[in-house]
Amino acid sequence: MGGTVSVLRQPADERLAARPRRAPADPSDRGVRTLDTVPALADLLPGGALRTGAAYSITGSTALTMALLAGPSAAGAWCGVVGLPGFAAAAGADLGIDLGRLVFVPEPGPRWLSVVGALIDALTVVVVRPPTAVGDAEAARIAARLRQREAILVSCGPWPRCDAQLTVTESAWLGVGSGHGHLTARQTTVVAKGRGTAGRQRETRLWLPDPDGIVRIASEEATDTASNATTTNTPSPTHTTPAWIQEAVG
Amino acid sequence: MRTLAVWCPDWPVTAAGRAAGCPPEAPIAVLDRGRVLACSASARHEGVRRGLRTRDAQSRCPELVVLPYDPALDAHAYESIVTAVEAMTPGVQVVRPGTCAIRARGPSRYYGGETEAGIAVSDRLADLDLPDSRIGIADGPFAAEQAARATIRGDDRIRVIPGGAAAGFLAPLPVEVLGEPDLASLLRRLGLRTLGAFASLSPTDVLARFGPEGAFVHRLACGLDGQPVVARQPPPELNHHVDFEPPVDRVDQVAFAIRDSADRFVADLAGHGLVCTTVRIRVTTESGAGPERRWLHPRWFDAADIVDRVRWQLQGVGPAAGDLDSAVVSVWLEPDEVDPIGVHADGLWGGGPDEHIHRALARVQSMLGHEAVAVAVPSGGRGPADRQTFVPWGDRPLPSRPVEPPWPGSLPTPLPTTVFPQPRPAIVVAVDGRPVGVSSRGTLTGEPAQFCPDGRSPDRLQPVAAWTGPWPVEERWWDTDAARRLARFQIVGVDGSAWLLTVENRQWWTEASYD
Repeated sequence: MGGTVSVLRQPADERLAARPRRAPADPSDRGVRTLDTVPALADLLPGGALRTGAAYSITGSTALTMALLAGPSAAGAWCGVVGLPGFAAAAGADLGIDLGRLVFVPEPGPRWLSVVGALIDALTVVVVRPPTAVGDAEAARIAARLRQREAILVSCGPWPRCDAQLTVTESAWLGVGSGHGHLTARQTTVVAKGRGTAGRQRETRLWLPDPDGIVRIASEEATDTASNATTTNTPSPTHTTPAWIQEAVG
Repeated sequence: MRTLAVWCPDWPVTAAGRAAGCPPEAPIAVLDRGRVLACSASARHEGVRRGLRTRDAQSRCPELVVLPYDPALDAHAYESIVTAVEAMTPGVQVVRPGTCAIRARGPSRYYGGETEAGIAVSDRLADLDLPDSRIGIADGPFAAEQAARATIRGDDRIRVIPGGAAAGFLAPLPVEVLGEPDLASLLRRLGLRTLGAFASLSPTDVLARFGPEGAFVHRLACGLDGQPVVARQPPPELNHHVDFEPPVDRVDQVAFAIRDSADRFVADLAGHGLVCTTVRIRVTTESGAGPERRWLHPRWFDAADIVDRVRWQLQGVGPAAGDLDSAVVSVWLEPDEVDPIGVHADGLWGGGPDEHIHRALARVQSMLGHEAVAVAVPSGGRGPADRQTFVPWGDRPLPSRPVEPPWPGSLPTPLPTTVFPQPRPAIVVAVDGRPVGVSSRGTLTGEPAQFCPDGRSPDRLQPVAAWTGPWPVEERWWDTDAARRLARFQIVGVDGSAWLLTVENRQWWTEASYD
């Protein structure tokens, strides 16, 4: 009966579309629901998408966190950001996050775990920067809650027994010379490490973002120009002073 | 029908001045769409007139207090006056905020005469800090109101037009008092400048030429006002208050005591088929009026929500200690905006999709305080922190600065992904080891060679791989408090990290990071 009800409710509001149905009738199909991310990140994640009930850990980049949120958020999921007072919402919006469905708890204080728990009950993706090290018992409690509520946790920092760990190991910015230009694009190397049998390390070169502001996989030739640009400190040949600088100075 | 009209001159000024806490003798002007709508007596004395533009009014009276016109505030403030008059005599009709009409027969019998009734009402209003109210008594509301207005030219505050004498009293008045600007302009062009001239026309001709509306105002001009005073239905009492005797000085005690009232508040509204979407909470403390605030709700308030709001209001921002500066004497709950209950009814399959989200966020808010849960609204500005405004969950999402102006000199995309809430001190040095500075003409004293985005560890300087700047910003130079003059730089370190640094008064700050 419960299944029937959720099927009926599903089309009632399209904002629900990305939120997986709760309490599936068959417990065996728990955890197989996935939420699509931007295509560039699919290769890095085990299974090619974000799995509900899973915890992910990202180190070294807020932009990568935003890119990870962009897929579910654009598809209608509610996201929460806990303990990141510096999270630049405007940059997130540029990367594809819908600010109308993004909630911030910048200073959760010492009770941050209860806050995360309360948000997992309602939101689909919860981003947290743990202010203290997380114990295995706490992580297990959160994991159970994630599975029960079919939510996803993204930790900006280490998280015990996470499903995948993404680390930005290298980044090279384009567009800046010595005293001219402005940051336009960045190439990064992202190393992804899964858990258990999926523990094989995958390394990908990513535009984070590319000159058009899009996150995508970098092809080989682009990598070369990027490394040239940073080592020799020359601006990219196509670069001209943008209109806004002239406006600001003149 | 004998009617007693009560007129409070310059009511918008009185209402706005009281809300803004101005003394009644201060020169005040209330503005509507850039023009003076009403002004206080002292402002009028200085030459301020209705219809003047703001700048002209201020040039005539430099110390003029300018307040915006708010019709809702006008009506709300008049409510207490009507209630006071209603307590003396039933059957009060509010003509407009500032003017009301009463059936004169009852009070004149009770007080022993029409003038005596007028004096009684006037004295009651003087008790309410309205010493300048005017009373007019005549046949019908229109003539009575004109009689009240006519007192402005005399010394007496009460004007009684005997029965049947209304036409004679109205005859010399200009046609503009009918309140029909189009008709008045037409009558003037026809050479009919006074009500007497208009009244002398034959009613049949007026009906044929000006239609039913013209015939109606013609009857008014003739002093044959047949309108009855339609007594208003006193609105249901929906405000609730709790008095504490003796006063309590702990937030949890107040919150506990308010619970019952909050339950009744919500139940009363529900009894009228309403739910409250905005509540105004007033707190009086031993040291006088305490904090007052409007609270919005994304859906509607239930009792627990109201208790939470009272608690947050008493605590101020964030979860503070339970003790208050001054003991609470009473708490008032007033519904500011209400909706029919049907608008917010739960659907057959439960509430809307956002209901569970709202519940969870309200739980976090009751744990951490109202401001702790926020949503971001895009806003305009040059610096990275100006590009978003954080608004507490439940409040109206309005950006602090509009996005639309072009904001020349704003940051180019991609925007920094981490904006430090408090800029961190930074160090940028040239090749010779001296700090890099920017001259007042925007030139650098040296090229940045090494930098440290976190100035608290100055021994860990990192070579600069690439840099750009300075991007000078000079904001609000006309405002001594908000004026800022700084230069922004983008600096990339050899480790590939990129930062947005600013230099202001020779001090370097790390404003944001492209991480």
